[in-house]
Amino acid sequence: MSELTLTVMRLGFLAVLWLFVIVAVQVIRSDLFGTRVTQRGSRREAARPQQPGRQQARQQQAAPPQQRGQQGGGGRRGRNAPSKLVVTEGTLTGTTVALQGQTITLGRAHDSTIVLDDDYASSRHARIYPDRDGQWIVEDLGSTNGTYLDRSRLTTPTPIPLGAPIRIGKTAIELRK
Amino acid sequence: MSSTTNSPTHHTSTIGAIGAPSRRNTELALLVFAVAIPVFAYANVGLAISDEVPAGLLSYGLGLALLAGVAHLAVRKFAPYADPLLLPLATLLNGLGLVVIWRLDQSKLLQSLRGFSPAAPRQLLYTALAIAVFAVVLIFLKDHRVLQRYTYISMFGALVLLILPLVPGLGANIYGAKIWIRIPGLGSLQPGEFAKIVLAVFFAGYLMVKRDALALASRRFMGLYLPRGRDLGPILVVWAISILILVFETDLGTSLLFFGMFVIMLYVATERTSWIVFGLLMSAVGAVGVASFEPHIQTRVQAWLNPMREYELSRQITHDGILHSDQLQQSLWAFGSGGTLGTGWGQGHSDLIKFAANSDFVLATFGEELGLAGVMAILLIYGLIVERGVRTALAARDPFGKLLAVGLSGAFALQVFVVAGGVMGLIPLTGMTMPFLASGGSSVLANWALIAILIRISDTARRPAPTPAANPDAEMTQVVRPS
Repeated sequence: MSELTLTVMRLGFLAVLWLFVIVAVQVIRSDLFGTRVTQRGSRREAARPQQPGRQQARQQQAAPPQQRGQQGGGGRRGRNAPSKLVVTEGTLTGTTVALQGQTITLGRAHDSTIVLDDDYASSRHARIYPDRDGQWIVEDLGSTNGTYLDRSRLTTPTPIPLGAPIRIGKTAIELRK
Repeated sequence: MSSTTNSPTHHTSTIGAIGAPSRRNTELALLVFAVAIPVFAYANVGLAISDEVPAGLLSYGLGLALLAGVAHLAVRKFAPYADPLLLPLATLLNGLGLVVIWRLDQSKLLQSLRGFSPAAPRQLLYTALAIAVFAVVLIFLKDHRVLQRYTYISMFGALVLLILPLVPGLGANIYGAKIWIRIPGLGSLQPGEFAKIVLAVFFAGYLMVKRDALALASRRFMGLYLPRGRDLGPILVVWAISILILVFETDLGTSLLFFGMFVIMLYVATERTSWIVFGLLMSAVGAVGVASFEPHIQTRVQAWLNPMREYELSRQITHDGILHSDQLQQSLWAFGSGGTLGTGWGQGHSDLIKFAANSDFVLATFGEELGLAGVMAILLIYGLIVERGVRTALAARDPFGKLLAVGLSGAFALQVFVVAGGVMGLIPLTGMTMPFLASGGSSVLANWALIAILIRISDTARRPAPTPAANPDAEMTQVVRPS
């Protein structure tokens, strides 16, 4: 075999080997699928097919709470959109939290947005978050004593009407304009 | 756009977790690539050595493709959401290992050695067995959390595996290191290779339960969290056992792997840097302490510090009763003569290493024939396997799976470091083998099983969450409704 052929093969092999490594790294790059950012407003445009949006909505319901806790998603403020959350009963009476599109967690755990000092509350009791349309939703996080919206115990994530009390143990919370 | 009505503090976009695509077709494409590269190398070796394409090219290529295909189908069927890279990377390394073993089989020098028998057919057989083990693990290990039940059984299993080479009549002392067992009629086996998997299961199960005690009860001193005295118990026990391995089996590699894996997993479980500091101090003290009185370790250290003297002694007749070996010096020369781009497949002289050229020293052949560029690519491929393992740990949702994936990839990384460092003269040489590349049945079997477990964990981690059951009341109350 001629020297030239062998040299070409030698360099060719190294090139192919490195090509494999580069392709593998490219696969890693395309594999960073952890989150998807949906631009508001462009959702209804034809550019984004309907299906991913649908999947995402399902995902939002299906994903475990700690994953969802990080989702932002501020809503468009309509005329009747609530702007603050007020504690109306319980030890924290008078506390208000401005609603700025962030998820609000309620519970006795010290990292909750509202740390409930309430013997009937679980450490991670409930959370309040805006959905994609800016509607605020309350969801019970599997608490022991349950979360009540007005009189009914929550079983599923539920939109919060303005002024309806969310009751957790001795605490009641309302959304206000 | 309506989003312009939002104030700057308002998020204008929604970030949501999305389901992972299964990526099986990506894996298949990469696998084709990973089979083609060794076939290219095989043809190249044949052309360089005997001026013709080797006769076995077709059967060899088809054999490797068949094995890769079986593995791929097993993943497609039993772990459809698994990481797309682990299988092709392992296949490529295994294929290149087969080529290099076959290439060393062609060496006239090695053929003239006493007890020579071609290693490549044996290795191909072991690879086939290993792929079968890979498939069996994927089929029967439906959920890696099952392993959690066997935490303490794994501890005993691992201890038994580690002690086996010391059992009289079963253990075999091969060139000083007692890390082999010989099963009559079946050949020899390196139980340490399997012990690393079983140990990872034990450490993961144990640390998952004890992590809080080990992480929280500590005092802060000079920026380090000092654990309480009684919490030092586990690390001391593991350290003592690894020292005992070093003393009785005289193998630095197994000892380092065993202790290092525990320290890595302890660090990941507790997030306390102090464990790393303690671990490094303890292993340094242990290694230096044992090296001061154990003659076999001393020999290894001497050979490491002064390979040239060892080379000269091996040319002379010495009467000190120590087996002098020129292997390390030959290996260093092999790396050196490879240069940046190597001599090309089949054109190096790494066969001068003679004994263990195709097992412990297999990297030296790559160093000589593919050069720095080739060795870097190989090390990167190992690095990618480790990266995918750690990525799997990050994505895994259960703490046991996280720790197990970290432990397995940590053990894999340590093994590569110990072997590569050994043949390059960075650390004293040990009796471990390069995963997938080196000739040896236990190694290839154990490492394919390891990859199978990682694939299983990654499948669980990347599987999209199931859609919630339809709620009859959902129509009324649910607002997060598919639009």
